[in-house]
Amino acid sequence: MSKQAILESVVKENLKTDLPVIRPGDTVKAHVKVREAGKERIQVFEGVVLACRHGGVAENVTLRKISNGVGVERTFPLHSPLVAKFEVVRRGRVRRAKLYYLRDKVGKDARIKERR
Amino acid sequence: MLPGILGTKIGMTHLFDEEGRMVTVTVIQAGPVYVTQVKSDQDREGKTDGYNAVQVGYGEMSDKHLTFPKFGHLKKSGVGKNLRTLREFRVDDVSGFELGQEVKAGDVFADGQVVTVTGTSKGRGFAGGVKRHHFKGQHMTHGYMTHRRPLASGATGPQRVFKGTKKPGRMGGDTVTQKGLKIVKVDAERNLLLIDGPVPGANGSLVTVKKVSN
Repeated sequence: MSKQAILESVVKENLKTDLPVIRPGDTVKAHVKVREAGKERIQVFEGVVLACRHGGVAENVTLRKISNGVGVERTFPLHSPLVAKFEVVRRGRVRRAKLYYLRDKVGKDARIKERR
Repeated sequence: MLPGILGTKIGMTHLFDEEGRMVTVTVIQAGPVYVTQVKSDQDREGKTDGYNAVQVGYGEMSDKHLTFPKFGHLKKSGVGKNLRTLREFRVDDVSGFELGQEVKAGDVFADGQVVTVTGTSKGRGFAGGVKRHHFKGQHMTHGYMTHRRPLASGATGPQRVFKGTKKPGRMGGDTVTQKGLKIVKVDAERNLLLIDGPVPGANGSLVTVKKVSN
């Protein structure tokens, strides 16, 4: 067995198989498991995908939203067991892989066209 | 049981632990190793090895590359394999070891154990003082025309450079021992060790994983 094949087999059980296709510009809901006072509940973080980083088990997405007028960004590992579910709310049409320019845009400038 | 095992560094990847945290692990193909010689300080017909140790062999090689002395040594041990690497582990008691015995990763290690990993660091070639000895170097800008040079290496008093002064030169390719590493998981079925964090050496290189003696 090649070295690469061994590495892939090691992480196999950590990989989720039911992930939706997430691309930059999409609006995604991440259902995060939050543990508070011994109880577990689901908190939803909804935002625009600024960037996707690929690469096996370490794949992640950066979501950005405006919360009370303040820009908030959070990066989620796609295969993390702490995220119960990813849900694509809206598909966006963008011409770049990394949408970091959105950080400098406010309001109407920060809109993304819907992809159909 | 053996105090350690020989293996090959496969590479690094990530895992999630029970609390959902990402753990960086190094995957090591550890064993199986075979006992090729048992050395003992017991007197055997007037001869003694002088110390207690177990020699084990790891890896395979083709008949073409096997030297004749090694062929004879392996034949005597009755392993029946062309083992590439032979290494010794010092033990307190050699009883329980027999020639040709197979030792697997699962026999030696368990999850959560603390281990010491020895490997050969990656060769860096002829490296400068900044990389090799963490010299500060000089400014990159503001008119400086020296950037990463070692500059002065001694005083005018002795009028010579002392031996052992840190200088540019060959770096890497040394035997490096990393202590206090934790085993995240032992895959006994496939002889894999998953170790928290990095271990010395390039992927595919030989590493020795040893238990920490109490």
